[in-house]
Amino acid sequence: MKVPLSWLKDFVEIDLSLPELAYRLTMAGLEVEEIRLVGLPMPEGAHEFKIEGLSWDPDKIVVAQIEEVMPHPNADRLVLCRLNDGRETLTVLTGAPNLFPYKGQGPLPRPLKVAYAREGARIYDGHQPGFVLTTLKRAKIRGIESFSMVCSEKELGISEEHEGIIILDEEAPVGMPLVDYMGDAVLEIAILPNMIRNASILGVARELAALTGKPLRQPPLPPFERGASIEGRAAIQITDPELNPRFVLGLIEGVTPRPSPYWVQRRLRLAGMRPINSVVDATNYVMLMLGEPLHAFDYDVLTARAGGKPPTIITRTAREGERLTTLDGVERVLEPYMILVTDTAGPLSLAGIMGGLESEVTENTHNVLLEGATWNPVNVRRTASALRLSSEAAYRFVRGVHPALAPEAVRVCLAYMAAWSGGRVAEGLVDAYPKPQVDPEVTLSEAEVQRWLGISLRAEEVADLLRRLEFTCRVEGETVVARVPPHRLDIGEGVIGKADLIEEIARLYGYDRLPETLPADPLPWQRNQPLLEAEEALRDVLAGLGLQEVVTYRLTSPEREARWLAPAEGEYLPPDYVRLANPIAPERSVMRRSLLAAVLEVAERNARLTERLAFFEIGPIFLPLAGQDLPEEPLRLALVLSGMRHLPAWDRAEPPLADFFDLKGILEGMAEALHVPQWRIEPASHPGLHPGKCAALYSGERELGYLGELHPLVKARYDFGPVPVLVAELDATALLSLVPERFEVQGVPVYPPVIEDIAVVVDEAVPAAQVEAVIRQAGGKLLTRVRLFDVFRGEQIGVGKKSLAYNLTYQAPDHTLTDAEAAQIRQKIIRRLEQTLGARLRG
Amino acid sequence: MSEIPEINELDALQTRALEELKMVSDEAALQAWRVAHLGRNAPLMQVFSRLGQLPKELRPQVGQRANQVKQALEAALEERAAALRAEALHRALESERLDVTLPGRRPEQGRLHPTTRTLRRIVRIFAEMGFQVYRSREVESDAYNFELLNMPAHHPARDLWDTFYTTIPGVLLRTHTSPGQIHVMRERAPEPVRVILPGMCYRYEQISARSEIQFNQVEVLAVGRNITFSDLKGTLNTFARRLFGEQARTRLRPSYFPFTEPSAEMDVECFVCGGKGCTVCKGSGWLEILGCGMVHPTVLQNGGYDPQVFSGFAAGMGLERITMLLHRIEDIRYFWANDVRFLNQF
Ligand SMILES: [Zn+2]
Repeated sequence: MKVPLSWLKDFVEIDLSLPELAYRLTMAGLEVEEIRLVGLPMPEGAHEFKIEGLSWDPDKIVVAQIEEVMPHPNADRLVLCRLNDGRETLTVLTGAPNLFPYKGQGPLPRPLKVAYAREGARIYDGHQPGFVLTTLKRAKIRGIESFSMVCSEKELGISEEHEGIIILDEEAPVGMPLVDYMGDAVLEIAILPNMIRNASILGVARELAALTGKPLRQPPLPPFERGASIEGRAAIQITDPELNPRFVLGLIEGVTPRPSPYWVQRRLRLAGMRPINSVVDATNYVMLMLGEPLHAFDYDVLTARAGGKPPTIITRTAREGERLTTLDGVERVLEPYMILVTDTAGPLSLAGIMGGLESEVTENTHNVLLEGATWNPVNVRRTASALRLSSEAAYRFVRGVHPALAPEAVRVCLAYMAAWSGGRVAEGLVDAYPKPQVDPEVTLSEAEVQRWLGISLRAEEVADLLRRLEFTCRVEGETVVARVPPHRLDIGEGVIGKADLIEEIARLYGYDRLPETLPADPLPWQRNQPLLEAEEALRDVLAGLGLQEVVTYRLTSPEREARWLAPAEGEYLPPDYVRLANPIAPERSVMRRSLLAAVLEVAERNARLTERLAFFEIGPIFLPLAGQDLPEEPLRLALVLSGMRHLPAWDRAEPPLADFFDLKGILEGMAEALHVPQWRIEPASHPGLHPGKCAALYSGERELGYLGELHPLVKARYDFGPVPVLVAELDATALLSLVPERFEVQGVPVYPPVIEDIAVVVDEAVPAAQVEAVIRQAGGKLLTRVRLFDVFRGEQIGVGKKSLAYNLTYQAPDHTLTDAEAAQIRQKIIRRLEQTLGARLRG
Repeated sequence: MSEIPEINELDALQTRALEELKMVSDEAALQAWRVAHLGRNAPLMQVFSRLGQLPKELRPQVGQRANQVKQALEAALEERAAALRAEALHRALESERLDVTLPGRRPEQGRLHPTTRTLRRIVRIFAEMGFQVYRSREVESDAYNFELLNMPAHHPARDLWDTFYTTIPGVLLRTHTSPGQIHVMRERAPEPVRVILPGMCYRYEQISARSEIQFNQVEVLAVGRNITFSDLKGTLNTFARRLFGEQARTRLRPSYFPFTEPSAEMDVECFVCGGKGCTVCKGSGWLEILGCGMVHPTVLQNGGYDPQVFSGFAAGMGLERITMLLHRIEDIRYFWANDVRFLNQF
């Protein structure tokens, strides 16, 4: 809402500086987003608001009068003006088309009042796009010296208008600094959805009066002529009072639509509306002033549609297939729920949103039937969004306009119409009000104020605060009974009404004056959160193991995920997804089913940026459940590892590439750090992974996920280059649920160990894990550590064989092992290896 | 000069030996000197062996002198040897000197995502005030996301959120973490509630430097028999001071949310310019950090708490926005792009 300061001052005295004013309004919930100066000087000192615009130099920009408009000797499109600026008479050059009609008429009987800028004035350049400051300098244009100018609105920063110069109202005093005559500032106020009552000059003024304690005043109506009564000239039929609680009509006859007085046009422009003619302008002016949208019909068109009889306005919902061409020239097909203003001949306007083209007021309108009505907000919202129409009227009706405003606004508007367009205002109104608004009465006790706000106010103080906002209050002991004033619909009943009042009290009392306390209320019992704690521990463990955490989009597309989810070979049928009805783009149209697919995308994007890729993410995937509306959202953990094992350094130019065992080591480290019970990693297969480089992580018999190297055919779908890409995806929900809340550790051995190495030769096909398992089983409790330190293949040991070298530690908890004991264990291990695996000891 | 020739000889021996020791500059020369002056055949040793042949009355005097010379030479030897060792050590150390300006060798280091880091700070601050994390689903029903939060169908406040709907009627991507308020209240009523609700939310918007289609929100919710607006103010100011620094100045401005009343917006004084006005705060000197208010009676009711008896406060902030302010990040798209050049800086 753009609020011109001068207009606000019609309703309330303001003795605050602009920044103070903006601060008071902002702290009361009327956030001033910007202040635009339109003539007034820039406030001094520091402030907390964005202030822009143009200040008019009182010495250089003044009211002047053009006394004669003369042709330019050398240019058809320029004229010379004899102008009096209060000091002297001089000749000023201009190309303003709105002066051409006066050209060559000799001295004007009624001189034109204009805004005159002297040499050196700072104004905006009227010929450049946007607002560019310029200083008026002496120049010769077509042989005539020019050093000053009569200004357009754009040059003074009033609006974008620069076709013609401003022609001020006749009473403007010649020689007066323009800033004193009409210097202004516009407050751009963000209106909160529950404060639509303040989307008007009166509304803002009322808040300001409440904040400053100054009285709210009603500017007097202009004098106007009255005509015969409206009785019998128009009728109203409301078919659904729920949709149309009130409808008021007023009539004015004998108007002449013409340009509105300049001050009206200026105010409309400052408020962001375009002046049309004095009849339409009056409806917009009153809407901006009071907050009630009004609509003017050409009365003669309505009469003609009624076959020469007085028209009957009927409000009803649309009929199947009905159409209406709105003011913007678009033919709209109406739906049966849409509420319309119609007459006996058909639709006239989209109620509360936009008028129809046929009955609109034109330059030739003589008699005007003026509508002020109240509409159901939900219906207006539904219609406006279905037709993708927005308007100042719809903006207000959607948020709720109090029915009491309608007759008042119609009366005021008719007075302005008569004052600006001539004509006689018919006596009385036609007022149909089948569903009167009952303004709620809300009771609020001192204890409730204390309970909600934490401050103690006496009932009388509460009542005083509310009275400032025109609530009617009576105090009964420690309770205030407040009647909501008849201009707002945002205060509810019962306990909701209490909360609504509490907000008003807090606002007026001042949020900044409320004390700061910490809750004295008892804390709830703290709950155990093992899963959340384990999840954070998992993040720390993985970062500690050298992986970068990422967070990716949960929105993706089946095609993006197919890069990973489609098997390396064979058919792929995309799974069922949570799909968006209104995706922002096709590539963000479903909720992901694979976390790894997203982390692979991150790795791919970073592949050219770093030598070592190591990423993990913990996050949900979204799995639709058959027969249920809401999907399952299990947590997954995804890891991607690729590129160099270490970052290169100045003495380590070509580190080895990461392979399967780097990833496996990370998962082993993770399982160990989290104390996952009975974890193991076993060979496995996965349709997207290299068949020989794939394994699964288990805890006991529970499979937690897989790890491995991307299948070459899958890797070829990405832009990774010739390096192996290692991936893992685990069920994080399952993993985290296995993390024990406590675990036990072994004592540090007191007696010295016996350490020795053995190398065994086995068939290539025997997995290392099996060899180790046999060693451990045979070694029993006294074998405390088994470490594979070498794997060797070569001619010496034969084709199809491999040698595995182990470092073994034997240790007893209660005595120093003798050589004989150690030899015995060793013999047992070797014998078992020979028996079960056909192994032989390597010399 | 002594009258005893043996004494004079010993003096001369000592003088000569010490002179020669001055010339010794390495371990080999030192050994040679020791053999020459303290070895079995050294002149000094011969003085000892000749002691018996001296007249009886001279023996003590010469013997004593010979011992003195021996001790002096041994002491000098030890001193010289130590000096030579020190010299050798210093030479060796000098020869091992590195160019310490060469870069260090970094262990492979992992890092947490910036949103995780900020979230942990926020969660820790509220945890100390008794708030525990509560998480709820991201694909939600219209009822939990809107209706139960005091936004029935066609409520104009729904326009505040541009919503992603799924193809299943009544199912949407949550636009805020507030549905969690209803979940947690229904689970715990009539117990008091102190929770912090972090999580991913979604909005139908064009992706730009300032807006994203998914973003993390962090809400806090307190419900009890005696929770006041002043408690809200105190709790949030404590939070702001702990996150932004002891000097952080804040202000509460009235605002509107359908699920709170009174509602407020909290601003913190711009810590980039100190409140003077800059591009980060768009000239206002204040940074908007969170929305908050007293839980609306309808929401309390929907959560299973009688609003005549219970009250509560709620606050919500954007995790990425807070992170952007803390680290002066100028483009919100960095968060989900996961470019290592961005992530490496945390
Ligand atoms: Zn700043």
